[in-house]
Amino acid sequence: MQWETVIGLEIHAQLATQSKIFSGSATTFGADANTQASLVDLAMPGTLPVLNKTAVEMALKFGLAIDAELGMTNIFARKNYFYPDLPKGYQTSQMDDPVVGKGHLDITLEDGTVKRIGITRAHLEEDAGKSLHEDFHGMSGIDLNRAGTPLLEIVSEPDIRSAKEAVAYVKAIHALVRYLGICDGNMAEGSLRCDCNVSVRPKGQAEFGTRAEIKNVNSFRFIEKAINHEVQRQIELIEDGGKVVQETRLYDPNKDQTRSMRSKEEANDYRYFPCPDLLPVVLDPATIEQLRGELPELPPQKCARFQSAYGLSAYDASVLSASRELADYFEAVNQVCNDAKLAANWVMGELSSLLNKDNLDIEQSPVSAAQLGGMLLRIQDNTISGKIAKMVFEAMAAGEGDADQIIESKGLKQVTDSGAIESMLDDVLAANAEQVQQYRDSDEAKRGKMFGFFVGQAMRASKGKANPQQVNELLKKKLEG
Amino acid sequence: MALQRTDVEKIAHLARLGLGEEELASTTETLNNILGLIDAMQAVDTTGIEPLAHPLEATQRLREDVVSEQNQRDAYQAIAPAVEQGLYLVPKVID
Repeated sequence: MQWETVIGLEIHAQLATQSKIFSGSATTFGADANTQASLVDLAMPGTLPVLNKTAVEMALKFGLAIDAELGMTNIFARKNYFYPDLPKGYQTSQMDDPVVGKGHLDITLEDGTVKRIGITRAHLEEDAGKSLHEDFHGMSGIDLNRAGTPLLEIVSEPDIRSAKEAVAYVKAIHALVRYLGICDGNMAEGSLRCDCNVSVRPKGQAEFGTRAEIKNVNSFRFIEKAINHEVQRQIELIEDGGKVVQETRLYDPNKDQTRSMRSKEEANDYRYFPCPDLLPVVLDPATIEQLRGELPELPPQKCARFQSAYGLSAYDASVLSASRELADYFEAVNQVCNDAKLAANWVMGELSSLLNKDNLDIEQSPVSAAQLGGMLLRIQDNTISGKIAKMVFEAMAAGEGDADQIIESKGLKQVTDSGAIESMLDDVLAANAEQVQQYRDSDEAKRGKMFGFFVGQAMRASKGKANPQQVNELLKKKLEG
Repeated sequence: MALQRTDVEKIAHLARLGLGEEELASTTETLNNILGLIDAMQAVDTTGIEPLAHPLEATQRLREDVVSEQNQRDAYQAIAPAVEQGLYLVPKVID
């Protein structure tokens, strides 16, 4: 049987505020346990929450960026459940009237087609604390530093049809929240977390199958693996005559499998009700217009501009616009060398592999945009060849200075004096007299490969510095002459 | 709509409240009295009236995003029953 996968994602993005959503505690990651947990965060009796203005504005920026209906009057509600790292016994969240309503986001698939993914809603809520279950002689240790950190929960429609689409969607959300400056997107630190609702149905069937929710899959790679694994599990289960149970499952990246979290099932009765401690949040249209004016150029617009203004391919433009920092770097390089294709090739080629090799972000690049642009100028004016440029680039990465300094100090300037090249070629041909004779005795078909041999010898003799086009032309003349 | 004793047991369990035999009976009765009042209110015709999220005719004031709290862990943990390495210790619950 042909199966179709149906996926909906819930993404929790920690908002990059200084203080918590309902208290004045700091939100710094990695602080000593419970040093950022105030009376409000500890749920001491008599305390009251006061909503953080910046958290609301960040949520609104997201809403504007996905072209969503905004909740002009939005309401906080209590989601009740018991867990030790949730000291109030409920999570303050939003239910019926979220701050951000229906919107959408376009994703680009591998084959270049664009697919629109519906976003059901995005609502504000508070994060819970952390439980540590090891090493406390049978007890659990509770750290409430994270309790009350503002979260934006972004709920997609079940519009996603494969693990690859899911990854493309999460990447698009990741890029968007970073462009907007509302979340640092650090998945390893839990700043962006993803729950995947996965079901399968026979192809052509209208109604959805029963879904399982995979919790907290925290890297792009794991999202793809966890979904693929879960899809396979469900298909095998149904084909063997079984039934998918609606449940929460946990992905184990070490074993590459999901397992049931059975104890949560009975607790799935959250008894939501409007939070009496918080009044309705009423938005001011003037604030919304002001925020709209503050929106930066977003990935889809940037991608389109890179194609129209610089003549880049759709693929190159999408890679370079995927992160704001990379896009800024590329544009800075282009500003120096004024050759977008050359700049794109170097940023996506040598620079990206250098960063990947050393596991660096673009902001940590050992070669600045000004340095790379300066080097590309020297390729354009024929001071160095593309091959020598790679050596210069490595030297810049090693901190040996700017391109001009390196070219000067290492004597890498390209030789374009035809007299000098000719005399160098004469030496090469003299040293390989036998091959020259063979070349002259051969027919056209065989000569191609042999010609390459002479070019190689010549470039080696010049230590790569001879202008390759001149070498080609002069060599041809000499061999034929 | 009257609650059964089993409903109250379930709600008490979700909230981790340990109700004794007598409390269970009296709580069921008290809750049903409240629900009876709600039933009476349900009889009122509310057609065309917006549901109310809050009884006060006021809107939420917002706070500037500023860190105003100091670390007072020692003071807060002085009243905690068990503390270790800065963590609050609680009976183990794993989900």
